Amino acid sequence: MPALPLRMMTGSRNSLHAWLLVLPACVLLAAFTHIPIVTTFIHSFYSTPRPRRPSRFVGLDNYEAMLSDPIFWKALWNNAIYALTSVPISIALAMLMALFVNGKLRGKGFVRLAYFTPTVLPMIAVANIWLFFYNPQYGLIDQLLKPFGIVGVNWLGTQSTALWCLIVVAVWKEAGFFMIFYLAALQNISPDLREAAAIEGASRWTFFWRVVFPLLMPTTLFVMVNAVINAFRLVDHIFVMTGGGPDNSTSVLLFHIYTVGFRFFDQAYAATLTMVLLAILALIAIGQFVLTDKRVHYE
Amino acid sequence: MAAVTLSNLTKSWSGITAVNDVSLVVPEGQLVALLGPSGCGKSTTLRLIAGLEEPVSGTVMIGGRDVTKLPPSDRRISMVFQSYALFPHLTVAENIIFGLKVRKVARAERDERLKKVADIVELAPYLHRKPGQLSGGQRQRVALARAIIAEQPVCLMDEPLSNLDAQLRHEMRVEIRALQQRLGMTMVYVTHDQTEAMTMADTVVLMRKGQIEQAGPPAELYTRPATSFVASFIGAPAMNLVPEQDDLLGIRPEHIGLGQGPDDAVRRQGNVISVEYMGADTIVSLATPESRISIRLPGASQIRVGDRLTAHWASSAQCRFNARGQRIN
Repeated sequence: MPALPLRMMTGSRNSLHAWLLVLPACVLLAAFTHIPIVTTFIHSFYSTPRPRRPSRFVGLDNYEAMLSDPIFWKALWNNAIYALTSVPISIALAMLMALFVNGKLRGKGFVRLAYFTPTVLPMIAVANIWLFFYNPQYGLIDQLLKPFGIVGVNWLGTQSTALWCLIVVAVWKEAGFFMIFYLAALQNISPDLREAAAIEGASRWTFFWRVVFPLLMPTTLFVMVNAVINAFRLVDHIFVMTGGGPDNSTSVLLFHIYTVGFRFFDQAYAATLTMVLLAILALIAIGQFVLTDKRVHYE
Repeated sequence: MAAVTLSNLTKSWSGITAVNDVSLVVPEGQLVALLGPSGCGKSTTLRLIAGLEEPVSGTVMIGGRDVTKLPPSDRRISMVFQSYALFPHLTVAENIIFGLKVRKVARAERDERLKKVADIVELAPYLHRKPGQLSGGQRQRVALARAIIAEQPVCLMDEPLSNLDAQLRHEMRVEIRALQQRLGMTMVYVTHDQTEAMTMADTVVLMRKGQIEQAGPPAELYTRPATSFVASFIGAPAMNLVPEQDDLLGIRPEHIGLGQGPDDAVRRQGNVISVEYMGADTIVSLATPESRISIRLPGASQIRVGDRLTAHWASSAQCRFNARGQRIN
């Protein structure tokens, strides 16, 4: 008889220990992720408190205002273009670079380092470097294009080119980082597979397409999720290079949220926009996992 | 016409010679085993035949065609790797027909050949599984099936059974040999396991330090080893090597008896240092002043460690090797 209470006691003590051990992580996660999300969600249904007018419940008014806000739609559209171009390009480039430095190559350590360098630099520094590249008078790109008779283009100051300039910066910054993941994945592929395929008569292209590419899918999924999140999350260079201009042509969702929340101090509307951003990111992440999971082979 | 002929084949990397002037003929339809300790160059020789390595000098002929400069895919060979080299993301069926797809064999023929091969290697129930869901033996069969379905006249095997347990290894040994004979393939089989080489091969090629030490039928290597290295490599336990002046005498453990024996017998005396009971026979090891002698006795034995015994053998049963290890009788 006394055995049972004892076991129960050690059992509850064990689970107490377990809870104590996960407590710090739970507290941090709750304090900095879950509670802010929930409060933001609640704030989005209230008006912004003003000195004379305290906050009050307004229902879906904020969301209605958002739908009729042309800058929101502009930012959303910009963000879509930004994500749909920078993500595939940086992934493809990362894969190409990884294949290149994975082969027999002289000085491949140096090339790998060179590809990885942009990742180490802070985005603000990167933005400054590219600010110089895009400068209409003495910028690098201008210098390169001078022989072709293209002079004095204000790349960042023109509505039709500004967003593309930022996309180039994002690709330049991210591709090297993703390359590291692809390189690690490539080195996990046994050289026997290449030899077996060679004996069967597979060309290098066939081998890549039928064997290497499918075996890289888990990495591609991981990289893609990260790249998409970054496409919505990384806005540092927009602050430095364009400030969202000209005429909101480089404003993306997160930049718009910042502007609304900390320049116009309309916190309720900023909370509303934040909920939209969160919903978009959650949907994309779920979609990617559901859709690609069937096509991804994990060892 | 699919004999494999190697002429003066040499391969070296930055000063290390892995294969040194190897010449060898693998007759059509035969199974030739390349045997030797690790680092003897047997795998490199196989990779030179496959075209996975380029020789420094020498030529490789397959079916009367000089293939030295041809890529692996044009050599009309198939190969089974030690790691099996299965594509982990493809099903068993896709793995087997990978080569046929690459070579654009029509779908109907592909399916027909797949069905035939799957029956041969008994994989039909597993065709839709991934390699990760198979046992070691089943993976081995997939690799085998991929080699067979190509219907190439020459099949190369690189230690195909070394990842299997002893029981399975025995089964696969018998199966691979039967398959090779039934399909009439010319097979080059690399192994470090002398049992595999001796039981399966028409010709055993024993290699050492990148060179061929002896090539011949298994019985010849066993009964008439060309060098003391062959003598000490083949047989379990290997041939006893007993010094006599400058020469070495080689005697198989089963040719040694206990006691004084006939008048003209050769004798050695020593203390028993181990008695290993193997079931059908017992191996008794004797420490004599100049060497250690293993004796194979039938059945169980009453001999104890520490006993002092005399061993004898007929001088007709012994091989004599000179100081350079060459057999001289």
